Amino acid sequence: MNGIHDMGGMHGFGRVEVEEKEPLFHARWEGRVRAMVLQMLFGGWTNIDAFRHAIERVDPAIYLTVGYYGRWLRALETLLVEACVLSPGELAARVAGRALPTSGTIPSPPHRGGRLDVTRCIDAPAQFRVGQAVRARNLHPAGHTRLPRYTRGKRGVVQHIRSAFVFPDTNAHGLGEKPQYVYSVRFPARELWGEDAEARATVCIDLFEDYLEPI
Amino acid sequence: MADRHQHDHDPAEENALRAEALESLLVEKGLVKPEAIDAIIRRFEEDMGPMNGAKAVARAWIDSAFRARLLADPSSALGELGLPRFSGVPIVIVPDAAGVHNVVVCTLCSCYPSDLLGLPPSWYKSPPYRARMVREPRKVLAEMGLDLEDEVEVRVWDSSAELRYMVLPERPAGTEGSTEEELAALVTRDSMIGVARPRGPHEVRGGG
Repeated sequence: MNGIHDMGGMHGFGRVEVEEKEPLFHARWEGRVRAMVLQMLFGGWTNIDAFRHAIERVDPAIYLTVGYYGRWLRALETLLVEACVLSPGELAARVAGRALPTSGTIPSPPHRGGRLDVTRCIDAPAQFRVGQAVRARNLHPAGHTRLPRYTRGKRGVVQHIRSAFVFPDTNAHGLGEKPQYVYSVRFPARELWGEDAEARATVCIDLFEDYLEPI
Repeated sequence: MADRHQHDHDPAEENALRAEALESLLVEKGLVKPEAIDAIIRRFEEDMGPMNGAKAVARAWIDSAFRARLLADPSSALGELGLPRFSGVPIVIVPDAAGVHNVVVCTLCSCYPSDLLGLPPSWYKSPPYRARMVREPRKVLAEMGLDLEDEVEVRVWDSSAELRYMVLPERPAGTEGSTEEELAALVTRDSMIGVARPRGPHEVRGGG
C-alpha cells in the first residue's frame, strides 16, 4: 500500500536527531510490547508480513506521533481483534477499568507458528542473472508489498541472487507463501532522484522476482 | 481526518496504559506468561548488542581467511566465533574498501541486524533517517559527523527483504600492534551501520 511507512525519499522530516546514551527501552512497556509481539509470532497468531502490514495500516497521523513501539502496540491490537482473540472494544474497556464479558473460547491461531525462518528451497530456476539490467515494475498494490515507491519504474542492475523467500505480498494476507528468489538490485542515485542526485552514490535494495521485469 | 480525540493527552502515558491492559488480557486468556516476557527482555538486555558484531569485525581484521569466509558464508563464519543467533534471519556483510563506503537503512520499517548489533537506536527507526538516507546519503552522513571525500562511492543498502546487512568497516590506521580484544573495542555500533568510522586507538586509551 502507498502508506506513510514508505518513507524513502520523502522531504520535510528535518535532521536526524541522535540521542546520546540512549537506553535500550525508554519505558518498561516498550520491552513488554516487543516481547509480546515475539510471543504472538511464535504462537502463530500473526506472521512477520501480516504484522508489518498491520503497522502500515495504523492511521498515518497516529503512525507519526505514537512512536515506534506505539505503532507495534496498535498493530498488535488490530491483529488480535482480527484473530478474534480480543473482541472489539475489549482493550479500551480494560484501559478504562470497565469489565467487559470476555470473548470466551480462544480460536486457533491463524498462522503456522514456531518456525519463523522465511527462506525456502524451490526448484524453479532464477528468472534473472547477475549483471542483468532490470526494471522495478510500476506496481501499486493496495495490500502489503516490499517494493518501495521510490524504486518503481526505475532501472537497476542485479548484483546478487539471494535464496528464495516467502513472498510478503501474499503471505501477509493469508494467500500462501508463493516462495520466489530475491535479488539485490543496484540503482544509481541519478536514476532514482534525477539530475540533482548526489554524485557517486548508489542504492542497493532486495527485490522479489515478481517486482522485476527484464529491460 | 479520522476522529483522534483520544490522542489529545500524552501518547507515552496512553501507550503505557494500553500495553499494561493488553498484557493483562493476554495473560488471563492464557496466551502469554509474564515470566516468558521477562525472559525475552533479559535476552535483549544481556545477550544482544554490538559487542557481537564487533567480535566478528575484529577477527576479520586480523585473519584474512576468516574475513573471506565471513563475506562468503556469514552464517557459518559467525558460528565459528560461537556468537549467539537469535532470529536466524540471513546476514549479509558488506565490506568497506578504499574508495567504497557502505551504509545500511530500512526505508519501509526498521529492519536491522539485531543478531549482531542488538536493538536499533531511535534515530535508525526515525522518519528523517529512513526518508533521507537513500536520497542524500552524503549530506546525512556529514550531518552525523562523517565527511566522505568526493571520490568515495557511497553504497546505501535498503534492507527491504528478510536479509540483514552489517558493514565491515576498514581497520583504523595505527593498530598494527593491537590485540583482537583491543581491536574489538574500537568497533562501534555506528561504524557497523555505516554512519561513523571505527574509533582510533588513541580514542580508547584515553578512557573512551
